[in-house]
Amino acid sequence: MTDLLFARSQMAMSLAFHIIFAVVGVGMPALMVSAEWRWLKSRDPMQLELAKRWAKGTAILFAVGAVSGTVLSFELGLLWPTFMEHAGAVIGMPFSLEGFAFFTEAIFLGIYLYGWKRISPRAHIAAGVVVAVSGALSGAFVVCANAWMNAPTGFRMVNGVVTDVDPVAAMFNAAAPSQIVHMTLASFAATGFAVAGIHAFALRRGTPHRAFHRAALQIALWVGLPAALLQPLAGDWSARSVAERQPMKLAAMEGHLKTGPAAFVIGGWPNVETLEHTGAIEIPGGLSFLLHGDPTAIVKGVDAFPPDERPPLAIVHLAFQIMIGCGSLMAALSLWGAWRWWRRRRGGGIPLPDDRRFLTAVVLAGPLGFIALEAGWTVTEVGRQPWIVQGILRTADAVTPMPGLVVSFAVFTTLYIGLAIAVVFLLWRQILKTGVSSTPLNFTSELPIPTPGSTARYPTP
Amino acid sequence: MSADVARELTWTLPHAVAGTMVLSLNAYVLLGGADFGGGVWDLFARGKDRDAQRMLIADAIGPIWEANHVWLILVVVLLFSCFPKAFAHLATELHIPITVMLIGIVLRGSAFTFRTYDSKQDHVQRRWGRIFSVASLLTPVILGVCLGTVAGGAVPIRSIASLRTVTFGERFIDPWARSPFPWAVGLLTLALFAFLAASYLTVEATDDRMRDVFRRRAQQSQIALLVLAMATLVIARAENPRLFQGLTQGRTALSMHAVTAIAAATSLWALATRRFQVARLAAAAQASFILWGWAWTQYPWMLPPDRTITELAAPSITLELTLGLLAVGTMILLPSFIYLFRVFKTRESGE
Repeated sequence: MTDLLFARSQMAMSLAFHIIFAVVGVGMPALMVSAEWRWLKSRDPMQLELAKRWAKGTAILFAVGAVSGTVLSFELGLLWPTFMEHAGAVIGMPFSLEGFAFFTEAIFLGIYLYGWKRISPRAHIAAGVVVAVSGALSGAFVVCANAWMNAPTGFRMVNGVVTDVDPVAAMFNAAAPSQIVHMTLASFAATGFAVAGIHAFALRRGTPHRAFHRAALQIALWVGLPAALLQPLAGDWSARSVAERQPMKLAAMEGHLKTGPAAFVIGGWPNVETLEHTGAIEIPGGLSFLLHGDPTAIVKGVDAFPPDERPPLAIVHLAFQIMIGCGSLMAALSLWGAWRWWRRRRGGGIPLPDDRRFLTAVVLAGPLGFIALEAGWTVTEVGRQPWIVQGILRTADAVTPMPGLVVSFAVFTTLYIGLAIAVVFLLWRQILKTGVSSTPLNFTSELPIPTPGSTARYPTP
Repeated sequence: MSADVARELTWTLPHAVAGTMVLSLNAYVLLGGADFGGGVWDLFARGKDRDAQRMLIADAIGPIWEANHVWLILVVVLLFSCFPKAFAHLATELHIPITVMLIGIVLRGSAFTFRTYDSKQDHVQRRWGRIFSVASLLTPVILGVCLGTVAGGAVPIRSIASLRTVTFGERFIDPWARSPFPWAVGLLTLALFAFLAASYLTVEATDDRMRDVFRRRAQQSQIALLVLAMATLVIARAENPRLFQGLTQGRTALSMHAVTAIAAATSLWALATRRFQVARLAAAAQASFILWGWAWTQYPWMLPPDRTITELAAPSITLELTLGLLAVGTMILLPSFIYLFRVFKTRESGE
């Protein structure tokens, strides 16, 4: 492997790792604030316990998100100095804004996590709302910067030098709106489904704390299901945006190999040489219809682009299929859940469906959001290759001259695998295991939420 | 816009941003630096009440370290949006130490959080605590090495032709590894952070025994700091006459040193007489003056020996917008920060 490939692998690995925590940082605050809100309304201590339990999970995940995000902000320069040299002045603005949003998030998360006893309940939930809003905003700003790489604007390149910089135009580039909506919905859907899956798992396995996990499941579904239902619409919007600005990426992700009226290709493995599919199901005219409302509309295929401007076709198409597949399953589950909910409500029972079949489906759907998320970012990033800035700067020209990148790739991979194991282990112990087996029913007294000045929680010799 | 105003702006804007960057770095040193220092004292916690010491440290940094950490991100973001060439250059030439520093940052933050939320059994806590505290010790050293390398002018922007003839070692290792100067700055940074943490902890301690522990720590680290500052000067004199000249000549440089010395003396006196609030303030002042002293020495060079702040700056429009955002952002951030510290750093009144 070349240094370029190691640099790309390291960046991909860092992003794939960080994105999980970033998304949780957007989604979890909404969950914990909802639980706290229900506690304030009902004074049901179980809801408070839920808010605190989720806050603990958020604390662990947010910390890893914060440090892995720091790594990324340096890696932009460590791995792609030429990119940053050209792009820094153009696209620095959303990063500055993200800095402030993240600052706000970190400040109020500190207040939220450690301030349970120090501020009034209203101030406390307000802090949680600030965390949720600034989390969503900081995600949106970073996506703005990424969208600029797909639809670069706000500058001119003259003899390899960036001039006529307009950071505002760059930030509000044409790809930004659809990407922001798509990503924000993905954050809520992925987090909501994952959390719902965890609590459905506990319910399904049998737990002495049914009411607790039911309350959790209900909030998580309320966050995840609507987002998953809206996501196909946002995805369609994103695809149209890609079709307009990155026809090569669209052709690769849809597996549309030859210019002409485009079928919607399901599955299949594209042959790079012959530009033929093996094993694909094609819906004739499907893609043309989705994009232009006309099944005979001409769509540029892979063959319209010179070979040295094509991304790896199989990876992009496969990743796209995975994303669509997961998204469709999630939307279908959402429809089913909504229907069941509505039926039970009319029947006068408890509206939340909690039979084994539904719970099993929710458990199985738990990871789908995150799988779709990783696959979707693979489409965005690999689909843009060989460009780091679409049509302007090639990835190969942006990489650092530093040799031996295999070392830093290996180091960060090891580090992140270790962190991932630790996080999974901790969450397992904190969120699920104690909730199921060892927490006494008197929930609120069993809270090892650290508060400054307390002495009980640190080991004494 | 008249030509004069335009010329004026090409000086003012970069300097305003550069000044803001030093200010952010100053905030990072005072706040984030002290959090690293806390980790150092966690590592060196000794005696019967070592667990109580560790608990005090954990309570002190728990609610605030993440917010404090963002100051560093702000510095980096300002560097890459307003001085993209400098960022690209430094990230290339200092690839190795920056990578090591990042690993330290990751391990420090995550191990601290894991310790807070993991099982309270001794061996689990010790395992995370060890990673947290060792990372807290190493990261400031490497941060200081990076700053020292830049200050020493060891990573100049080279011509393409001269780049062809340098070896890997000459380019990526020698600048920070060969000279003792960056390492002296690294140790100085470590001592400074530890000193800040100990000084703050004297105020945050809840009983006299703890106050005494950290009073002693503050005194020890102050002495280490003074010794290292002297050593750094001596090394600068031997290794880098140009830097030494900047550090020791001119009225401003000398008065900076004088003020730093006054702050150090005040801190020692306040610690001796148990005026801990004064000692905390003096420690913060001392750290700030050291930092601004470095900035002044380096001025007007951003990348010594030959690239100035103005030369490396992004186009004016970017700088203007960034400064505008900073102004608006500060109006939101400052009250938030004050609120954060009022909630957690005032005793009794909040409860």
